[in-house]
Amino acid sequence: MFNRDNWKEIFETIQKNKLRTFLSGFTVALGILIFVVLYGFGNGLKNTFSEFFGNDATNVLYLFPGRTSEPYLGYKANRRIEFDNSDLKDIKENFAMFLDYVTPQISRGALAKYGEESDNYSIRAAAPSIQEAEKVILMEGRFINQSDIDNKTKNIVIGRLVKKDLFKGKPALGEFIDLGGSSYRVVGVFQDDGGDREERIIYMSYTTRQRLDKATDKVDQIIVGFKPAIGYEGAMALEKSLSTYFREKKYISPKDPNGMYIRNVTDQLKQNQQFAGVLQIIISFFCVGTLIAGIIGISNIMVFVVKERTKEIGIRKALGATPKSVIGTILLESIFITTISGFIGMMIGVGILTGLGDTLKDYFITDPYIDMGIAIASTIMLIIFGGIAGYIPAKRAADIKPIVALRDE
Amino acid sequence: MAMIEIKDLHKSYQMGSNSLHVLKGINFSVEAGELVAIMGSSGSGKSTLLNILGMLDEANEGSYVLDGVPIKNLNETKAAQYRNKFLGFIFQSFNLINYKSAAENVALPLYYQRMPRKERQEKAIKYLEQVGLKEWATHLPSELSGGQKQRVAIARAMAAEPKVLLADEPTGALDSKTSYEVMDLIQKINDAGNTILVVTHEPDIADMCKRIVHLKDGVIVEDKKVKQVRAAQYV
Repeated sequence: MFNRDNWKEIFETIQKNKLRTFLSGFTVALGILIFVVLYGFGNGLKNTFSEFFGNDATNVLYLFPGRTSEPYLGYKANRRIEFDNSDLKDIKENFAMFLDYVTPQISRGALAKYGEESDNYSIRAAAPSIQEAEKVILMEGRFINQSDIDNKTKNIVIGRLVKKDLFKGKPALGEFIDLGGSSYRVVGVFQDDGGDREERIIYMSYTTRQRLDKATDKVDQIIVGFKPAIGYEGAMALEKSLSTYFREKKYISPKDPNGMYIRNVTDQLKQNQQFAGVLQIIISFFCVGTLIAGIIGISNIMVFVVKERTKEIGIRKALGATPKSVIGTILLESIFITTISGFIGMMIGVGILTGLGDTLKDYFITDPYIDMGIAIASTIMLIIFGGIAGYIPAKRAADIKPIVALRDE
Repeated sequence: MAMIEIKDLHKSYQMGSNSLHVLKGINFSVEAGELVAIMGSSGSGKSTLLNILGMLDEANEGSYVLDGVPIKNLNETKAAQYRNKFLGFIFQSFNLINYKSAAENVALPLYYQRMPRKERQEKAIKYLEQVGLKEWATHLPSELSGGQKQRVAIARAMAAEPKVLLADEPTGALDSKTSYEVMDLIQKINDAGNTILVVTHEPDIADMCKRIVHLKDGVIVEDKKVKQVRAAQYV
């Protein structure tokens, strides 16, 4: 079946039946093209979705102190709760097995000055692991490190837009910025996918901030990063035990809704994942539909092609073609056409997706793409089904007695 | 030994609940080098007989021996091989493949004989030359006249060098002048020693053969040798 002569015969047939070749090739190419583009758009939708919701880490709990609204254990209501460094240590000790990291966060606004330029920015004082919680991406230099914490250094890491505002394109690393009257050295520049606001932030060591604030050990809030492996249930349980632990330590009534708050993004995460899941199902539905439509299209074309060739098959059989060679020729021809045009359609589709990039961002489609594996697998699937769809009528045609096929219409 | 030996051949077609008995016991033999006309009105069973001889159809009963080979219970593959080796067909409607050139049509039976491409092409040209169409080798059937098409078909039937040529109303679609040209060609091929069977309902065509077999209602009613009328005198 694979000798050179057979292929020459097939190529001649293809060359001399251009319309037929074009029709079947076009169907296959179009089917694959639509599939690839749709699938890519689906992925683009998902990209947009995760951009909306996915710019901070999701394996995180945020602990905020509040003001009690109920009297408890002899303490009056309306007492202000505060977190301090000992709370950080306690979390680390008591919940170690669930934790990835713990960092405090103290947020202040400050006027930053460099040369002639100045502007107000929010200053976040934290531990190095805030980099994970905020998904901060370092562009230059380094982030706040343990030595900054231990030595209460006056080192800062500035956002991309802070650098742009103050330095106007000049190098910032090693330069000193005036923050509220004292100068700080820039040791790093970062970017953040969370938007412009996230890139107008300045990070510093929380110990440095505490020393400035009259040597206090208070912190505004505590960010607890837990191991993703504990899952949704684990995160909910951790939230509950942290709440119990702190209410006991700070003497807050278990029923008091205002003494402290825990923001748990895993709950949001779960909803987001469900939404993404539904999106995925809808997209898969469209894609499977396109693929089935493609298969049906190819089957139709194949039936048509074989029907059209019935007489030719009769002639060939009268001249000594065996049923096997008749089927072989038709099948090889159709598989050849579907393979070539299938891959052409696939490459065009991938090309369109790559070319689109961000241009459809207004329509919620960001960076559409398709895994090459899926593209190739679906193309092969179409080829196989095209082959099967061609085999059945080809077999039937090959079994027709030549006298029937030759009979004049 | 006879080239074709047929004994007590029966063929019936099932038409719904009725059975149509087309061939009712045919006994008939053809020697090598004969040129036989099979005549009869439509429905006499002459085409059915030719189809059975051509292994395009199968008899219900009786024996058929072709050049000493019994033709019986052939599967499609075997039948195809025998057709290729033993038989050349000439049809009323030519049955050329319309997207292949004259030479490619002639070469097609050789393709199924697995002859190398170059040899095939040379042979196709050789046979086209014999039927006087060498210059038309690269033309498509649609560019040829009816007579030329039939001559290409004859060249194709000859190309495989078969034992027997079977022609089913070879002049049925042609005017008389062209018909005589085609018969002239068939006579010349027969002169070279080839065995040829021609199915026809035209008496003048039958008279150009060497023997006429008359079929009526599925039986042979007459089988006589005739003095051949040469077609060349009309051309």
